[in-house]
Amino acid sequence: MSRQSNRTTDNKKMNSELFTLTYGALVTQLCKDYENDEEVNKQLDKMGYNIGVRLIEDFLARSSVGRCQDFRETADVIAKVAFKMYLGVTPSVTNWSPAGDEFSLVLESNPLVDFVELPDNHNVLIYSNLLCGVLRGALEMVQMAVDVRFAQDTLRGDNVTEIRMKFIKRIEENLPYHIRFF
Amino acid sequence: MHSHCSNLRIYFWIILLRKGFITAQLFSSRGFLNVTCDDMTLTPGRGSISTKTITLKMETRFTKGKSAILERPLTRPKTEVSVSAFALLFSEMVQYCQSRVYSVSELQARLAEMGQGVGVSLLDVLVLREKNGKRETKVLNILLFIKVSVWKSLFGKEADKLEQANDDDKTYYIIEKEPLVNLYISVPKDNSSLNCAAFTGGVVEAILTHSGFPAKVTVHWHKGTTLMIKFDEAVIARDKALEGR
Repeated sequence: MSRQSNRTTDNKKMNSELFTLTYGALVTQLCKDYENDEEVNKQLDKMGYNIGVRLIEDFLARSSVGRCQDFRETADVIAKVAFKMYLGVTPSVTNWSPAGDEFSLVLESNPLVDFVELPDNHNVLIYSNLLCGVLRGALEMVQMAVDVRFAQDTLRGDNVTEIRMKFIKRIEENLPYHIRFF
Repeated sequence: MHSHCSNLRIYFWIILLRKGFITAQLFSSRGFLNVTCDDMTLTPGRGSISTKTITLKMETRFTKGKSAILERPLTRPKTEVSVSAFALLFSEMVQYCQSRVYSVSELQARLAEMGQGVGVSLLDVLVLREKNGKRETKVLNILLFIKVSVWKSLFGKEADKLEQANDDDKTYYIIEKEPLVNLYISVPKDNSSLNCAAFTGGVVEAILTHSGFPAKVTVHWHKGTTLMIKFDEAVIARDKALEGR
């Protein structure tokens, strides 16, 4: 328990190049291993989900943010705290739907795609799909089911990278019977 | 054109031989070219290629002028990511590799293969950035280049130690007490020989091989993690011939 106090201070940073290139090596490997890009997208999303599930614990421990009151606050925390902490960039939160259940994260620069150009035969590949999985997995662990997808991508010639997030539902805690009632 | 285009370096990378097709992919510091030659015939046993008609279909994948990548300065970007983000990504990579292999050595080979991808991409930019486009010709210098420049750009510090084997002039060791990639990895007791720094080994092997110093790099648990570099005989012979120049 006493170790918790110094955990926030040792949030080590590293040069982004190794991270970028390592991710590139991973995607390259997936493209070799799977027959089509859809499968690669799925696999990236799955890996991202696994990361997200573990990352949320790390995030809550390091950033002393509390429970979010609404989806707008969640969006702000993701953009201003989480992205900043892990990827060193701060996306802007825009394009809210009138109902307030859907927004876009717009990234001016995406550290995953430095040095990357998609070859012509990979036009279905969503290169940074890992991010979607991470967001989905992390939010699921705080009882939020969301739908995450790429709306725009600089790799496909768009000016910015836009991740669209849609709130689906609150996940009710499904505690085992004996915990719920005793 | 951009300044570093004068240092265009081309590697013959893969030569695939299929029914009457010969495809070569040329990698360079500016992208890569796919060259396809039709109607080429291989003359078996002579090691030469006789050609009737060669149609070179050059499918250039040189990045086009609009590409933002080429417009970027060569200096190292200041962007930083969190080590935990890297650790989680690396952990997923290891798990993914593990799900597709049967043994520890296969797992390490797979990690090394991914590391090679990193090494190849890194070499070009580092040679331009740190060496002003000049290549290394001496074994010791390329090893120092790895110990200092490569390590600094990857891990933010120099490698802990560089040693030569006492009894073998083609074996060198790079010793790292706590490699960044192993920082958050605890190896289960039943396969203790697994060292995920095989990934780093792959990076080093690719950099050496593509700089013209073909070598095999293996990873061992010794004084932390030791990368054992075994150069080809020819590399050491060449180095001896160059001595004093």
